[in-house]
Amino acid sequence: MTKLLKTSRRTLLKSAGAGALMASSPLLGRFASAQSSEPIKIGFQQHSTGIGAAYGRWYGRTTDAAVKMINEAGGINGRPVEIIAEDDGTDPKRGAEVVEKFANQHNCDVAFGTLFSHVVIGSAPAAGEQKLPYFVVSEGHHVASGGLNRYTMQPGITDVKSQVQAMAPYVAENLGKKVTMIFPDFAFGHDHRDFFTAAIEAQGGEVLEHIAVPPAETSFTKYFPKIPRDTEVLYHVMVGPAVLTFVKELGEFFGPSSPAIFGFIDSLEAVDLASPGLEFLEGTYFWEGNPRYAQEDQTSYDKNFRAAVGVDENGASVSDASDVSTYAHMFGCWETLHIIKAGMESADYQGPADRQKLIEAVEAMTDMAESDAHPQGPKMFNGKTHQVFGVQYISKVENGRLVKVHTTSIEDTMYPDEVDYTTQSF
Amino acid sequence: MDFGPHLILAILEGAVGASVLALTALGLSLVFGVMRVVNVAHGEFFMLGAVVAWFVASTLAGHPAVGFLAALVIAPLVAGVIAMVVDRIVLKQVEYDPEATIVGTIGVLYILQQSALMVYGPEARPVEPPFSHRIALPWVDWGENGFGFYFPWGLSTTSYKLFVIVAAIAILLTFWLVMSRTRIGLIMRATQLDRETALAFGIPVQRVYSMVFGFGAALAALAAVLIVPIQQAHYLMGHDPLLLSFIVVIIGGLGSVRGTVVAALLIGMSDGIISVFLSPTLSKIIATLLVALVLVFRPQGLYGKKMA
Repeated sequence: MTKLLKTSRRTLLKSAGAGALMASSPLLGRFASAQSSEPIKIGFQQHSTGIGAAYGRWYGRTTDAAVKMINEAGGINGRPVEIIAEDDGTDPKRGAEVVEKFANQHNCDVAFGTLFSHVVIGSAPAAGEQKLPYFVVSEGHHVASGGLNRYTMQPGITDVKSQVQAMAPYVAENLGKKVTMIFPDFAFGHDHRDFFTAAIEAQGGEVLEHIAVPPAETSFTKYFPKIPRDTEVLYHVMVGPAVLTFVKELGEFFGPSSPAIFGFIDSLEAVDLASPGLEFLEGTYFWEGNPRYAQEDQTSYDKNFRAAVGVDENGASVSDASDVSTYAHMFGCWETLHIIKAGMESADYQGPADRQKLIEAVEAMTDMAESDAHPQGPKMFNGKTHQVFGVQYISKVENGRLVKVHTTSIEDTMYPDEVDYTTQSF
Repeated sequence: MDFGPHLILAILEGAVGASVLALTALGLSLVFGVMRVVNVAHGEFFMLGAVVAWFVASTLAGHPAVGFLAALVIAPLVAGVIAMVVDRIVLKQVEYDPEATIVGTIGVLYILQQSALMVYGPEARPVEPPFSHRIALPWVDWGENGFGFYFPWGLSTTSYKLFVIVAAIAILLTFWLVMSRTRIGLIMRATQLDRETALAFGIPVQRVYSMVFGFGAALAALAAVLIVPIQQAHYLMGHDPLLLSFIVVIIGGLGSVRGTVVAALLIGMSDGIISVFLSPTLSKIIATLLVALVLVFRPQGLYGKKMA
């Protein structure tokens, strides 16, 4: 039996009504000017579990806030942005699988958001093979060192080499010249070891001892006796689930008589500075990618950024004061998404066929002014090395708060190019 | 750091590790001794203890000691009850077949781990110790005025760490008293010696099995509550204690309480000392090597009985 398709007055009215409803819906109306109103899909490689989980949670919140803002302002090229988040377990092998999944299963336009350096190093070859633009938010020097490929870029966060190079003069002048370093034993920590050692030697200082700690370690007292007695400055940077234990045991080890302490805030990301046992940090110094506590000279951009992500002036969640953010890193997701937007708009990006145009458009970027899209500060992008450079902050713990005492210039963080990715073929 | 203070610190750290390890391994050893099954999910009961301790400590307001004491009671109970349920719905169903229980408990391991991930989340969370004072230890040294005391950098421990050692010794003594002086201990030993005869004498072997499995898990959970103020609770924390417990139980002799305690001391102390002086990876290598040597030259373990 066949059924004749007949347009009756009733069905016509029904579909007209549905059409009117769709046209009047605010979302579709806003993106109506695009040639295609298919969303732009951004694969978000998220550390939801594993040693990077605390970062993953806040990278997720920042990403959601940035996408909400971008979509409310009309999306990218008139198309809405959709985030497809996949957990990589902070594991390099799974990271590569996730990137392949973004390219082949989800048909993402780009991939983004990886933090931990070993995951970036493990995933970047997959992104290159799949010819999927891969925007990492990692701090590792592996992008600018030339170790990765033309599809991998780091435009939203500075790398360890430039960070430590800018810290060394301050440490040598104000804290001391004989340094002992404690760092996690993987790519990110090795960047600290290699580049800070070189940078402090350039300042006439020296590193007495390098102490490497596995990132999954849970008990640290056993590593501390290796700190030489004539150490003037203890330089610490730690990641992983047990950072609070690390800092606590450091305090227990030294007691009342410690050397000067300079840390990367990584050792305390997502940890409340008021946790019991951390009182000894009073008067010590930290590198901060972005000051966790709202400072006296807070910009309107930082204010807007905090409000959008839901972070209070102490750097904790507005809904739960004990849920402390990874404030020194997560701005990188926000800024990277705005760069993806700017890049896609200048390349007039329409779909995966335009991926090369997108890479070339980002490579052509240079100065990025401090703005709502770049709340951490002004930046300078180097298209040849795929790495961005920007100001760094040093804060001192005063009355249990991190107070900014020094801001570096962008020039302090620059170093000669080690690679020119633009000469590589796609 | 000078050699002397360094060694003292290493021994102190090793002693804390050894105490917790002894309790955890004892649970594994007890289960194997009485039930002749290998509980691969043992480390997850350890994790469960730490996670429950966090929940208890964070719900109870007031002095941290209140939450900690409550956790000392509640966490082993919760772990024990869950283990008894596992015994009923998994181990009993496969009739305690040695191979099948290994596979079954691997499944239990993943179920517990992933449930913790879903309920508790992927973060590591601290539990506040009931008390913790830094105790600086003096050291004698030949100085300008002859021998003199001084307080070297880092030669210190905390009162809580000392408490962990004392508490572990007290729990071990209680365990030994229960096993050797009470009726329950007698029943457990009887079941361990000969299941058939015990059954013939009217011992409810099935119920003893459930109880032993729960008791073993509770010991692991108790060890975790003791360590969690030092190490934080995390859903993946069960891995290392499981591995080390197996090493201890194999070296000590499966099912031997005395062997377990001696081996835990040996492995815990050497782990502490080697990882302080050399590297933590090396201490794991040496422990594993020790297992290999024991298996080659004394397969029944240090104190184990030769199987017929």
